[in-house]
Amino acid sequence: MTETLFDIVDHPIEVEPLIKKVERREAGAITTFIGTVREWTKDKKTVYLEYQAYVPMAKKMLATIGDEIQSKWPNTVVAITHRIGRLDISDVAVVIAVSSPHRKAAYEANEYAIERIKQVVPIWKKEHWEDGESWIGDQLEQVPYPTGKPKIEE
Amino acid sequence: MIKVLLFAHLQEEVGKHQLEVDDTNITVRNLKDNLQSDYQLRQMDQVMVSVNEEYALEDDVVHDGDVVAFIPPVSGG
Repeated sequence: MTETLFDIVDHPIEVEPLIKKVERREAGAITTFIGTVREWTKDKKTVYLEYQAYVPMAKKMLATIGDEIQSKWPNTVVAITHRIGRLDISDVAVVIAVSSPHRKAAYEANEYAIERIKQVVPIWKKEHWEDGESWIGDQLEQVPYPTGKPKIEE
Repeated sequence: MIKVLLFAHLQEEVGKHQLEVDDTNITVRNLKDNLQSDYQLRQMDQVMVSVNEEYALEDDVVHDGDVVAFIPPVSGG
């Protein structure tokens, strides 16, 4: 099997192939997270989004998140695909699939993956509103990284 | 020579997605300061830096042939 578990693509993402990537006989659960483009953020109406990535590093960081998950929830398999380029409302921006023998690990690992994506993976979103546009950063409203880099878990 | 990659708002402020810098054996901090003053960039405090696709610290030294990326706060997902 040479297919990649961690990918950045510039075309629409299909969910089913990600499920297939993590499917296995030991699994009793597969969770999927589908991140979509939201029209309204507070009182701002999004017309469309544009995602940019530092592609080779983004793929590496997705794989690093996969490693972190392996150590926190042994015997899980994770696949993540993030889309870049122009996305319209309701388009799928990211899909995360996790399989595990029991459901708890699959749910927890899946949530962990999206939180870490928002912290360490070099992907940026530009919001295009009816009356302007802006690159979005620091969605989690964290303070600047005190060590000069985000926390990378061993 | 060091190759410097720029993304998101930094790319727009500088007007290029890639720069070539002649300095070598320079710290990440100094490289960042130089870029900030050369292009009068704002919001550099939260910008992270990678060297050869790995996150780097401010005191790390960049060598000839390295690829450095300036990484504004990320907003994927």
